[in-house]
Amino acid sequence: MEIILAIVIGVLYAAGVYLLLRRSIVKLILGLIFFSHATNLLVFLAGSLSKVSPPFVQEGQEVAQASVADPLPQALVLTSLVIGFGITAFALVLIYRFYQSSGTVDFDQLKED
Amino acid sequence: MENLLMLPLVLPVLAAIVSLFAKNSLNFRKVSGVFFTLAQFVVAIMILVKVYRDGIQVLQVGSWAAPFGITLVADMFSAIMLFFAGLIGFTVSVYALGMMDERRLKFHFYLLFNILLLGVNGAFITGDVFNLYVWFEVMLISSFVLVTLGGERKQLEGAVKYVTINMVSSMLFLAAAGLLYGKMGTLNMADLAVKLQNTSSSNLVNSSAMLFFIAFGIKAAVFPFFFWLPASYHTPPVAVTALFAGLLTKVGVYAMIRFFTLFFIPLGGIWKELFLVTGGLTMLIGVFTAASQYDIRRILSFHIISQIGYMIMGLGFFTPLGIAGAIYYMGHNIVAKTNTFMVGGMVSKLKGTFELKSIGGLYKTHPYLALLFVVPAFALAGVPPLSGFFGKFILVKAGFDSHHFLVTAISLFVGLITLFSMIKIWNEGFWKKQPEDAEEVITYQEKKLGFAMIFPSVVLALFSIGMGVAVGFFFDLCMTAAHQLLEPSSYIKAVLGN
Repeated sequence: MEIILAIVIGVLYAAGVYLLLRRSIVKLILGLIFFSHATNLLVFLAGSLSKVSPPFVQEGQEVAQASVADPLPQALVLTSLVIGFGITAFALVLIYRFYQSSGTVDFDQLKED
Repeated sequence: MENLLMLPLVLPVLAAIVSLFAKNSLNFRKVSGVFFTLAQFVVAIMILVKVYRDGIQVLQVGSWAAPFGITLVADMFSAIMLFFAGLIGFTVSVYALGMMDERRLKFHFYLLFNILLLGVNGAFITGDVFNLYVWFEVMLISSFVLVTLGGERKQLEGAVKYVTINMVSSMLFLAAAGLLYGKMGTLNMADLAVKLQNTSSSNLVNSSAMLFFIAFGIKAAVFPFFFWLPASYHTPPVAVTALFAGLLTKVGVYAMIRFFTLFFIPLGGIWKELFLVTGGLTMLIGVFTAASQYDIRRILSFHIISQIGYMIMGLGFFTPLGIAGAIYYMGHNIVAKTNTFMVGGMVSKLKGTFELKSIGGLYKTHPYLALLFVVPAFALAGVPPLSGFFGKFILVKAGFDSHHFLVTAISLFVGLITLFSMIKIWNEGFWKKQPEDAEEVITYQEKKLGFAMIFPSVVLALFSIGMGVAVGFFFDLCMTAAHQLLEPSSYIKAVLGN
């Protein structure tokens, strides 16, 4: 499972970087989305995968049963997902306004005036 | 009194809430915006005094013991940075009263301003790597909106670059934090420092360290990663740029100094050399590109970069004097840089443009404005007895003491070119006659500068002078901070107990 996830992360990063380097601003946003998902997966994978029960404490007990998954990477990924979605939404609005005011989605058409 | 550390975070949130409820009254929003930034400044002074008297202050949020919960720590370095953040927050919020247009104020300028300060304050006092990431994001998202606020075409162009590069750097930061957690099993900074000291595989950590270096380097705009800054900083209104120039890049430098003194440099590796090389190149390239510009805001934007180089260089020396110099330089630079942008804004308010070629003669019509420009500009260039001279002096002494002659010589040379480009602004803007053919360029003229614009600039100018005159006092604070940074045992003990 780790191998598959590692390959997926690599592919996502590669696709993200490739798209970031395109001229089109729409592809730039797609690249950023790939980039952020690759990072989230990386954080998740770095927290190590293991076949254990979810990190819940059973009712009536003070501590969890012997082996539970590490909840921290999941919490980290959850937080960064929320932030990532927020920024992506903002970026989408931004490119729409940018398109409205400049009439182009091509970076090469922008010249300093 | 422990809960004092909560206040730099609570006050901006309160400000935002109050400003949201004051839907219809613009005046109320202005007053509350300025009031809350003033309150933050007062709190920052209180924290500085407290840390100065009683040592490192720690607050375990929700009483969760150290490695598990979120920790807020204020050591001397954090307290100094909080102090300057408070000072800049207050002065720029007053400045914005006179400088921002009605439309932007209506779109909750002060709300975003306070949230930005929330992120900056949070980044300065957090003791947790992931928490630092979150505060960075708080700061960045509000800065994204501040950059685009108003929605002019130029602003949107700048914002696209700014958003993209900062998002990439945040992702690298997050990846670094995730990898570090995978290797060490903790994200509390003090706990990490302990575990990294005892780790047998310190080489593994270098991947995280490099990612951190790139992420903070992008935010701080050091040598290979600075291109976004001049591309976007000159687009928003000057009150916003003044705030960004003063604070945002310094948060990157702060994080770099904190991380690399606490974790990575003691582990060995090439970090010191890397900092010296990037520091030197940052100074040189920033100042040369600045010297070739003719737009006030662009000159000043490129200068931000070259000044960052000094701080990185101070970190690269890695002696108490070097770190103290870097901290002193950071404080000086925050004050002086913000002030030059403020004066630049006033010039453009009077002349309607930032282009040096079409302005002139300001010395004749507004001599006090010329004086206001001279103080921060000479401070930046390092003329005694202003703050910049002592910042450079400490760094140069640290450089010679630790036998890094080349980079120190570069820093002296860069000071000279800085003086040259400040004199260029002086000559072109203030001294030469107003060019006659440039009259058409000026479309927007409002000849009066309000009290709200001059007052903050005067405060910051006095501060630049004060930091130079009372250099002993400020240097002592920086030296204390440097000792705390270089011997992290007190920091670790304060956070983790024993």
